[in-house]
Amino acid sequence: MTLQRWRGFAATLGLVIVLVACSGGAGTGTEPADTEGTTPPAAEDTSTPPDTEAPADEASAEPAPVTEYDRATTLITSGKQWGPPSNWNPIFSDYVTGTLGLLYETLFLYDPLADEYIPWLAESGEWISDDVYEVRLRDGITWTDGEALTSEDVVTTFELIRFPATRFSGVWAENGGSLESVEAVDDLTVQFTFTDPLHQQWGERLYDVAIVPAHLWGDRTEDEVAAGANENPVGSGPYMYESHDETRMVWVKNPNWWATEHLGLEVAPERIVDLVNSTNNVALGQVLAGEIDLNNNFLPGVERLIEGGYGLHTYFSEPPYMLPANTTWLVLNTTRPPMDDPAFRQALAHSIDRDRIVNGVYNQLVEAADPTGLLPIWEEYIDQEVVAELGFTYDPDRARQILADAGYADTDGDGFVETPDGEPIQLTLMVPNGWTDWMEAIRVVSENAQAVGINLVPDFPAAETLFELRNTGDYDMVLNNDRQMGSTPWLYFDYVFQLPIHDVQLSGNFGRYENEEAWQLVQQFDRTPRDDTDALMDLASQIQRIQLEELPVIPLWYNGLWSQMNSTYWTNWPSAEGDNHYLPTTWNNYWNMTAVLMLTELEPASQE
Amino acid sequence: MRRYFGRKLSIYGLTFFVAVTVNWMIPRFMPGDPIESMVARLTMRPETVEPMREYFERFFGYDVPLWKQYLNFWGALLQGDLGTSVWLFPRPVTSVIMGSLPYTLGLLLPAILLSWWAGNKFGAIAARNRWLDNTFLPVGYLLTATPYMWLALVLAFLLAWQFDLFPLAGAYSVTLRPNWSWTFVWDLLRHWFLPFATLFIVAFGGWAIGMRNMIIYELEADYSRYLESLGAPRRLIRRYSFRNALLPQITGLALQLGAVVAGALVTEIVFSYPGLGWVTLKAVENLDFYLLQGVFLFIVAGVLVANFLIDVVYVLVDPRTRLGMQGRAA
Repeated sequence: MTLQRWRGFAATLGLVIVLVACSGGAGTGTEPADTEGTTPPAAEDTSTPPDTEAPADEASAEPAPVTEYDRATTLITSGKQWGPPSNWNPIFSDYVTGTLGLLYETLFLYDPLADEYIPWLAESGEWISDDVYEVRLRDGITWTDGEALTSEDVVTTFELIRFPATRFSGVWAENGGSLESVEAVDDLTVQFTFTDPLHQQWGERLYDVAIVPAHLWGDRTEDEVAAGANENPVGSGPYMYESHDETRMVWVKNPNWWATEHLGLEVAPERIVDLVNSTNNVALGQVLAGEIDLNNNFLPGVERLIEGGYGLHTYFSEPPYMLPANTTWLVLNTTRPPMDDPAFRQALAHSIDRDRIVNGVYNQLVEAADPTGLLPIWEEYIDQEVVAELGFTYDPDRARQILADAGYADTDGDGFVETPDGEPIQLTLMVPNGWTDWMEAIRVVSENAQAVGINLVPDFPAAETLFELRNTGDYDMVLNNDRQMGSTPWLYFDYVFQLPIHDVQLSGNFGRYENEEAWQLVQQFDRTPRDDTDALMDLASQIQRIQLEELPVIPLWYNGLWSQMNSTYWTNWPSAEGDNHYLPTTWNNYWNMTAVLMLTELEPASQE
Repeated sequence: MRRYFGRKLSIYGLTFFVAVTVNWMIPRFMPGDPIESMVARLTMRPETVEPMREYFERFFGYDVPLWKQYLNFWGALLQGDLGTSVWLFPRPVTSVIMGSLPYTLGLLLPAILLSWWAGNKFGAIAARNRWLDNTFLPVGYLLTATPYMWLALVLAFLLAWQFDLFPLAGAYSVTLRPNWSWTFVWDLLRHWFLPFATLFIVAFGGWAIGMRNMIIYELEADYSRYLESLGAPRRLIRRYSFRNALLPQITGLALQLGAVVAGALVTEIVFSYPGLGWVTLKAVENLDFYLLQGVFLFIVAGVLVANFLIDVVYVLVDPRTRLGMQGRAA
C-alpha cells in the first residue's frame, strides 16, 4: 500500500518536472516574439531577421540573421540606460546612449581634458566678422542611406531646434539667445548670423547639437520633433541602429564611416551592446566577471575592488581613480533666514570637514572641490590670489568666530545658536532617499554644523518629492550636482548666479540667490569670445570674488566620471598613463566629448 | 445559471469601474508633477521652461478641466489607449506593458498553477504518511512564511553566485539575440528558472499545508466515519475527502492571486527580470503616473478575470453550487 503511494508520488513528481519544462518552454518561449512585436523598430514577424528593418544600406544585405554576437568583437556597456530604449530623437534629451555621438554627429567634438575643439563634421569654423560664424563642412560625408551630408542638413537642423518646446531652442534670439539666422552659402558652407553673440553658449552648441538629415527631417511637424521617438534613425556616425528590446540597445558598425577615409580613424568594436541598468550588485558582478566591458554606474565600495586584484581598470591607477565629472554643491535657500545672511553661509562653509567626506564616505574615490567649485579642467580660470584671500577651509573655531561676530549666540542655552534677533534656528539638509553615499555625506555635514552650534539635521525624502520642494524654493538646504563638465566655466557661473528667479527653478540657481552685479558679469563672460583670454580671466576673477565673499552655494566635492573597465575582451582603455586620454563613458553628451574616440583606440584582447 | 453569472459579472463590472476611477484619481492627487519633472530633464535655459511646460501639458491633456480629463481618460481607455509613458517618453503605455507582460505571465502562470497542483497532491500524500507529515509540516510552515524577497536572495546567492548553476539576473544572455534556436530557448529557461522557483516554492508550501490540514479534517468528518463503519475501502474514503478538501483550496486560489502577483513584482526586482514588477518600481521612482495607472489597470483586470474563471471552475467542480442554482431557477 505505502509502496504504491510512493510510486504514485514519484510519478507525480516526474510529471511536475515535465510540466515545468513544457510550460516553461511554451510560456517563456514566446517572449522574444511578443517583445519584438510591440517594439516597432524591430521585426514585426519573428521569422524575419530584425536586420532587414535596420536602416537600409549596404551593410544590411547580410544574408543570415545574427543570433549570437561574437563576444570578441562586441563591446558590452552599461550605466546610462535606466529603462528600456524608447527614444532615438537627438533633439529630445532622454535618448538612448549613442544617439548623439555614435549615430548622429556634431560639427565639432570637444576634448575637455585638452580644452580643444576637434573638427568633426565641420572641417573648420571661424568668426568671419563680429556677428557671423562660418562653418565649412567636410566634403564627401554621407548619411548611412547614401545621401550626401551638406550645408542644407545643418540649416534644417538649426531651423528644427527653433521650436520653443525643444531643448536647444534657447540658442535662437527670439527664445532668449542670440542666433538671428542660418544660411547655406554653398553646398558645404554655412553662415550663422548673431546679434551680440553669446560666445560661450555657442561654444557648447558647436559640439552638442546633432546634425540630422534634411531629406528625412525637413517635413517633420513640431510634434514629431519635440515629442517623436524617431524610430529607425539614419545618421552619419560610426554606428547604425541594429536592434533593441526591453533590456538592451544594439549598435552595429557603419562600414562606410567618413572618418576612416578623412581622418584614418576606425572604431574597433563590431557591435556595441548597451544593457539597461540592473541593481548595483548585479552590475558589479557582471563587470568583475567580464560580462560587461565598461560600466558607468557609481558602484559603492568599488575602490576596494580596484586594488583587490580583480582586473578592474580605472582612468587613474590610484585615488581618486575616476576623472571628475561635476561638482556636488551644498545649495542654500537664500530667501530664508538665516541662509540669507552671507556671514551664516561663511560660518557653515568653514564648519564642514570635507576631508572626512572624501576619506570616510568615499574612501578617496572623490576629491574635495576647489572653493570656487570650478572643475579641474577649468583650473586656468581660477584666480588663485582671490581664492587664497577669500576661500574657505575647514576651521570650526573660525566658524564659531564668524557666527559670534555676526550676532549669532546661544541665548536659550540649548547648545545651538539663535539668530541675531533671538529666533531659534532649526534647519534641515535634504538628499534623496536611497542615494546612500550622499546620505552618509550629509550626516557628516550635519554633525560638523552641530559641532559649531548650528542646529542642522539630515532628511531623506523621496527623490521626486525633494525635487519639487527644491524647484519651488520650499526647503532649507539640499545637495545638487546638476551641471556636468563642458567647454566653459560659464556653465558653472550660470548655475550659481542665473537670473531672473522664476516660481519654479529648473535649470540652476536653486538657492534663488539674487545678485544683479554678478549676473551682469556672468552675461558679459558669455558674450566674450573664447580667444579673448585676458578679458575672460578678468571677468572670472571678478565673479569668483563675489562668489567667495557671498557663498550663495558651497562646493563640497567633485563627483566622479564613474567608469569601471574590464580588460578581458578589450584592452588599451583610456588611462592617465598611456596615450589614450579620451573619456571612458557612455553617458549622454559625452560621446561627443571624445568618448567616441575611445572606441578607435580600443584593441581586442588576444584570446588564448 | 444565467442569473448566477449575471450577478457575478455585474459585481466584477462595478469593481472594474471603481478600480479604474480610483486608479485615475490617485496620481492626480499625489504629490509631484510629472510634467515638471519631465521639463526639468529637458530644459537647458530658463527661457524655454514655459513653452515646454505648455507644450507637454497640452500633449498629456492636462490643459482641460478635471471632469473632462476623466471623460477623455475613459474614452481613450475604451479604445485601448492608456496614454504615453513619461519615463520612457514617447513610448505608449500599452507598448511598455506589452513588452514586459510576457515575462510576468511566463513566471506567474506556471508558478501559480503548478504550485497549486503539486502542493495539493503533496499535501494529500503528506496527510496520510506520518513520517512525511512529521518532516514536511515544519518545512512547509517555514516555506509559506518565507518572504519572496528573502528566498529570492537566498536562491540567487546559493544557486547563481556560489555554485554558478544559473545566471544571476536578466532574461537572457548578453550576447544572444532572440530567435528560435535551442541555444536561445535553453538560455531563456535558465534565466527563467530561479524567479520561477522562488514563486513556486513559497506558494507550494502554502498549498501543501492547507491541503494536509483539510484532508485530516475531512477524514475526521461524520461522512468519513460513516463510510468507514459501512466497511468502505480506505481508498474510496480518501478520494471523497480529497474532493471535499479541494473546494476551499479553489477559493483560496482566488484569494491568493493578489499575493502571488505582489510576490512576482518583488522577485522580478531581485533578479532584474524585465517584467511588470520591475516596470512598476521604475514607474514609481520616475513619477510616471500614466504607466503606473496602466500597470494597475492590467493587474486589476487580470485578477478580476482570474477570479471569474475560478467562479466558473467552482460551478463545474462543485455539484452543490450547480444544484443550488438549478433549484433556485426552478
